[in-house]
Amino acid sequence: MTAFTLPSAVDLARTQFALTIVWHFLFPAFTIGLASFLAVLEGLWLRSGKAVYLDAYRYWLKVFAVAFAMGVVSGLVMSYQFGTNWSVFADRTAPILGPLLGYEVLTAFFLEAGFLGVMLFGLERVGPRLHFLATCLVAFGTLTSAFWILSANSWMQTPTGHVLGPDGRFAPADWWAIVFNPSFPYRFAHTVTGAYLTTAMIVGAVGAWHLLRERANPRARVMFSMAMWMAAIVAPAQLVIGDMHGANSYEHQPAKVAAMEGHFETQRRAPAYLFGWPDAAAGETRGAVGIPGLASLYLTHELDGEVRGLKSLPRETWPTNLPLVFWSFRIMVGLGLLMIALGLGSLWLRQRGRLYQTALFHRFAVAMGPSGLIAVTAGWTVTETGRQPFTVYGLLRTADSVSPVAAPAVAASLAAFAVVYLAVFGAGIWYLLHLFNQTPHAHEPGPPTGQPIRTAGITPAPSLDAPRPGGGRPAIQPAE
Amino acid sequence: MSLDLTLIWAILIATAVFLYVVMDGFDLGIGILFPTFPEKADRDVMVNTVAPVWDGNETWLILGGGGLFAVFPLAYATLLPALYIPITLMLLALVFRGVAFEMRFRAASARAQTAWDAAFALGSYGAAFCQGICLGALVQGIRVEGRAYAGGWWDWLTPFSLLTGLALVAGYALLGACWLIWKTEGVLQLRAFRLARALGFATLFAIAAVSIAMPFLSPAFRGRWLTWPAMALAAPVPLLVAALGWRFLAALDRREEVAPFLCSLGFFLLSYIGLGISLFPMIVPPTVTIWDAATHPSSQLFLLVGTVVLLPMVLAYTGYVYWLFRGKVTAGAPGYH
Repeated sequence: MTAFTLPSAVDLARTQFALTIVWHFLFPAFTIGLASFLAVLEGLWLRSGKAVYLDAYRYWLKVFAVAFAMGVVSGLVMSYQFGTNWSVFADRTAPILGPLLGYEVLTAFFLEAGFLGVMLFGLERVGPRLHFLATCLVAFGTLTSAFWILSANSWMQTPTGHVLGPDGRFAPADWWAIVFNPSFPYRFAHTVTGAYLTTAMIVGAVGAWHLLRERANPRARVMFSMAMWMAAIVAPAQLVIGDMHGANSYEHQPAKVAAMEGHFETQRRAPAYLFGWPDAAAGETRGAVGIPGLASLYLTHELDGEVRGLKSLPRETWPTNLPLVFWSFRIMVGLGLLMIALGLGSLWLRQRGRLYQTALFHRFAVAMGPSGLIAVTAGWTVTETGRQPFTVYGLLRTADSVSPVAAPAVAASLAAFAVVYLAVFGAGIWYLLHLFNQTPHAHEPGPPTGQPIRTAGITPAPSLDAPRPGGGRPAIQPAE
Repeated sequence: MSLDLTLIWAILIATAVFLYVVMDGFDLGIGILFPTFPEKADRDVMVNTVAPVWDGNETWLILGGGGLFAVFPLAYATLLPALYIPITLMLLALVFRGVAFEMRFRAASARAQTAWDAAFALGSYGAAFCQGICLGALVQGIRVEGRAYAGGWWDWLTPFSLLTGLALVAGYALLGACWLIWKTEGVLQLRAFRLARALGFATLFAIAAVSIAMPFLSPAFRGRWLTWPAMALAAPVPLLVAALGWRFLAALDRREEVAPFLCSLGFFLLSYIGLGISLFPMIVPPTVTIWDAATHPSSQLFLLVGTVVLLPMVLAYTGYVYWLFRGKVTAGAPGYH
């Protein structure tokens, strides 16, 4: 050991996982909802024939292409990282998790990647109906992917249906119990709803941004209106789903929920703390300000229900970073409440016929643009750091999951990931912001065709393009 | 029962890896050929020939990794720590490449265009070279004790693994050039013909070099390739490579458009079979067999049931997408990227 001691390999591996998974999940959190949004837009276009839907579709399709590509390549990293950094975890859990991830690739990834090509480049080749089918298949693929990966994650939180061998390796006993483990339905509903809200916040912010510039832009109005419907309906629903998910966590992972609440003592009429600093060494939440009885109410659904505190659980099963769990939870809930406010505000303005005229409200929507991404990240931080010090809750400790790779190797790769991700995805996100800033026009061009991006407002003239090799079918024109 | 399942899975995973190698091979090859095509217009056409399919091609790599994790976890858990550095570099190279794919079309300035093109090319070289290194490191053997990798983090770096790295770069470039012969026309295609000839020689030379080096790596390889009667089984492989090489050159001379690509696929298939002859039934040579590495029989069966249904579907719609985007790609063709 030198005077400069490197963090341990397990801490470095955890940091690397946190870095790569957070970067990765930003993209699917956005594209899961965006794919469904695109399917709805195209469906509306086919049904109504209104060009405004096709224009909005094309506007967001360009965004989808970039965000999806970043999701694919950052996801590829994840599928190898279990082996490079967490090989003991991989070896022991593979009989359970391996098939779930295998099914994710076979049912979702191929579907998405295969039909993305048709979605991006195939409208003229296959015609609108088959193209709509491709869009729907991509959207279905994103949801299927969420199904399998959340089943795998949920099994790590609430493992069931397995037998733990004497060598520490898990063996499957009941596949139904593994896939539909106790926390899975709640986590799936909560995550997919969160992804839809994430998309609604971004689409709403972009719509609002363009309404602030040009109130009459019909594309911006469509985007904004649809996003606000989503916020108005789904944000309150998410509060209910989140509450159910929390109650489920409380049943299966009491230490996590005690950390989220900052409860050390078991108590009746347990307060919900608004602020505070949980101090594991002192065994109390410092400077706590709370609402008496509220935590009892939402965890046990009784005002004086008994709520377990951390001290009722063995010290070595407490989450390792209590303030992180505690504060991430508050950030998520706080943003969720703001989304509800946004949704309810939109209902009120819509009812008064001022949805497209209220600049202050549009500014609020713009400010809320990244709120979904932040809330989703905070939510995952709660659930993942709340599972510590285990990778498989209660059964396999994080410290026993790590690869026998020397700390300097992990440190070097961590540094490389940090630099490359920041540069590459930073540029990608900067470009997405640039796209968001472009006004959605009538006769929105499709994804770039290898020619310079066309000047705003000028309709591309198909006759100027070289003849298509496939030939025959007329190019799709925006409907009247 | 369990034994049969494992063998079926070994064949399935080997097939998935092969499909990855040839499919992402030609689109990585496009990036490797970038430095020889400095014109933006040419590069746009080249990228457009793979734009609708590259996502799907790369998914086979996820299936390779995911499949290994699912079915042969011991191989996954020992190979990846052993190949920590080349795997990490490969993933980072693919990150560069994947993002550059989307961004190079959207670059606002000539400088940004140059930078994204460079990222695309470097990413392609890096991914191909690292994959070749991984292959070489696997073939030369990985030290496993208990259920863990027992070597150091630089063990993969040997002259042999560097040789296989270069070989794969040459091979992918050849696939890329032959793909361009198939999918383009005019001057671009003419240059692809010339490149394919040079790269064909380079690939055949690399195959020969790797084949000559392999028997020196381990007595097991010598036993399979150089002793009678095992030789009788192995000997057709190099002979077929030679015959195919002759056919390939003839196809180039006759300006055939599809045959060169099929021949270069043949080089890959024969080399792959040759590797199979050398390694089988080892999945992590020299000690771990496919049966040692296999997961719980219930897990194998559970995934196989779905795979039997899903894999043909995947192949069918992948084939459909390729068919949909058949034909020559020309500059400024609408509907393309």
